[in-house]
Amino acid sequence: MAAALFAGVVVYSVFGGADFGSGFFDATAGGARRGAQVRTLIDHSIGPVWEANHVWLIYVLVTWWTAFPGTFAAAMSTLWLPLMLALLGIVLRGASFAFRKYSATIGQARLFGIVFAGSSLITPFFLGCVAGAIASGRVPADGGGDLVSSWVNPTSLFGGLIAGGSCAYLAGSFLVADAARSGHPGLAEMLRVRTLGVGAVTGACVFAALVPIRQDAATLFDGLTGRALPLMVLSAFAGAGALVLIWTRRYAVARFAAAAAVGTVTLGWGVGQYPWLLVDQVTIEQAAGADATLQALLVAVGLAVVIVVPALSYLLYLTQSERWLRH
Amino acid sequence: MTLEALQVLLSDTPSGLLPARNQMALSLGWHIILACFGVAFPSMTFIVHWRGVFRGDAVALELAKRWSKVSAVLFAIGAVSGTVLSFEMGLLWPGLMGRYGDVLGLPFAFEGLAFFVEAIFLGIYLYGWGRMPPRIHLLMLVPMACAGVIGTFCVIAVNAWMNNPTGFRLNAAGEVVDVDPWAAMFNDGVWLMFAHMWVGAFVVVGFTVAGVYAAGMLRGHRDPHHRLGFIVPFVFATVAALAQPLVGHVLGLRVAESQPAKLAAFELAETTEQPAPLRLGGIMIDGEVRYSIDIPKIGSLIARNSFDKPVPGLDEVPEDERPPVNITHWAFQSMVGIGTLLALSVLLFWFVRWRGRDLLESRWFLRYAVAAGPLAMIALEAGWIATEVGRQPWVVWQVLRTEDAVTDNPWIWWSLAGTAVVYLGMTLGAYVVLRSMARRWRAGELDLPSPYGPESAEGVKEASR
Repeated sequence: MAAALFAGVVVYSVFGGADFGSGFFDATAGGARRGAQVRTLIDHSIGPVWEANHVWLIYVLVTWWTAFPGTFAAAMSTLWLPLMLALLGIVLRGASFAFRKYSATIGQARLFGIVFAGSSLITPFFLGCVAGAIASGRVPADGGGDLVSSWVNPTSLFGGLIAGGSCAYLAGSFLVADAARSGHPGLAEMLRVRTLGVGAVTGACVFAALVPIRQDAATLFDGLTGRALPLMVLSAFAGAGALVLIWTRRYAVARFAAAAAVGTVTLGWGVGQYPWLLVDQVTIEQAAGADATLQALLVAVGLAVVIVVPALSYLLYLTQSERWLRH
Repeated sequence: MTLEALQVLLSDTPSGLLPARNQMALSLGWHIILACFGVAFPSMTFIVHWRGVFRGDAVALELAKRWSKVSAVLFAIGAVSGTVLSFEMGLLWPGLMGRYGDVLGLPFAFEGLAFFVEAIFLGIYLYGWGRMPPRIHLLMLVPMACAGVIGTFCVIAVNAWMNNPTGFRLNAAGEVVDVDPWAAMFNDGVWLMFAHMWVGAFVVVGFTVAGVYAAGMLRGHRDPHHRLGFIVPFVFATVAALAQPLVGHVLGLRVAESQPAKLAAFELAETTEQPAPLRLGGIMIDGEVRYSIDIPKIGSLIARNSFDKPVPGLDEVPEDERPPVNITHWAFQSMVGIGTLLALSVLLFWFVRWRGRDLLESRWFLRYAVAAGPLAMIALEAGWIATEVGRQPWVVWQVLRTEDAVTDNPWIWWSLAGTAVVYLGMTLGAYVVLRSMARRWRAGELDLPSPYGPESAEGVKEASR
């Protein structure tokens, strides 16, 4: 069950990350005239999928409280503030994205666009902080941890930055590919440079984070440099590989490499903190809810695999293929 | 007296209870309307889209296209307000989720699944206009409509469980043991509550959408577009409005057995009476009912399906287990009153039409039809308040008190204020955008391109000239 839960986290970080990250490019696209092309591209590329991507988060929450109810309550009460802020971002972003699409005037579109881009940036940051807080053992088993210092600390803040950066990097690699495929070479060139920049900074961030993590979150550090080391190395290769591929304009493959880099780094975090659910506090086994529920939940997960995966693959196939590029 | 009541309220309960409850009420009350659209709108869109494809009706096809764009906006804000709720379950009620998360979680998992399906097919449907073969494109609405049904069932299953908790046992130490999530999901209360909510969704959406076109007709737009736009949702609303009193009545019969305190509050019954009168209006002050209009025996008929069975009174409930009586009573009566009005009005419409007169020619009827949507929404909210407030002080009926479930977070008032601001903003945003969509459609713009830059904005203006 923990694996199913964590699979949700990984998928959300890849798919959800890709569309959250588009907020970075939306924000840096420039004024209304200059940025129009990028914004249209973003709308076109995440429009059909963002709601479906968003459901992964709901899946994670539901699975968490159903399978590991005690730790869910503990994390929610301790990390109340960053979760509230992430939630604020999710609400504003979803609403303003939909509103912008049907705005009647440029003024309205600009307002909703700013809200969309801004909230797309804060949400991954705060979710990253939450991950950092859990990984550094700052959520007590019975909840009631410090409302501020639990997430204002080196590991959490680096977690936030890495999450934000990964999202932007991932989004960039998808947008570059979309731009190139739909025949906008100039746009692709501009996005290519930005994506390379974001990718390099994020990569550096991941490795820089290891220094404070060593002090701040010893258990996680041991995990990352021990059991999770192969994954971290793989992630580094995939990330660097994606950068090279984008550099050499092989965008179609670069998308997969970038997704692999983000997926493996998230997976690395999970493997790094295994067997803890709340690091240094509660193991996965101790946290588990009733057996009957875990079995029932497996049925639900099985159904999800049978029903959702084909449907979602169809949707992704449609959006990532040539057929829907006709405007 | 008010001040005293306020003091009691503030001193006796954990500090977070009032704001947490209000925040949940606000976000759930807001979401419930959008959820109705997610449930009922795909079916209505299917009918007009089907007509467009198979009868070659261009007017119907255009309606389907517009409705799908409206769905996109409503679904988006419904999706985020739904996410808010799943966060709030933990952020506001850790005492409930920590203890009973594994008992009540399963239906949520299936609900997530249903929502997933709906989100995926909505994405395909929306972007499929002009890109997919028409018949396959039409089929994309079917999984959406089915997901709406399953999703409603699952969410209601959780609420029904909170009102009829089963599927677990408390051992001597007060721990939750012997969890059976399937029994919790398919508890005794779920089927009728689901039916009531599902039909209610069609009442709300049917009258609301029909009302939009009634407003258009009032302004003199009497074209086939407005006629069809009115009549399709109105037919849905008719069936639902006529079915609802029956479902509601059968559901109400259960309350006498399962939650007598709630029934007593519904009926404003201070003492057990046999037979009980139906009390219209009225208010309970210091344990006494005042200003009500009593109709003998009818209370027993409505609550117990018999002219002489007793309706339980609040005197049978310990004082600290009584729900807020007046709110519950008024909410319940508003729901029943509006529901009756809606049912009678659709009967009138079809009867008069059968006699050869079209009420759509009557400005008074059109005005009423515009008001029917908001009225149906009020009835929905009132019904939900009645069942939720009537359950207090329990969050899980006779197992967990609301005050034991609430968070002890000191910032909860701030989060309530923030929630109010954000939801107000979202409501305004949705209103502005939907209204401007309607205007642009009226001006003859069919595709509604988004103005991402000045060039396209110019293009928009030119197109509308």
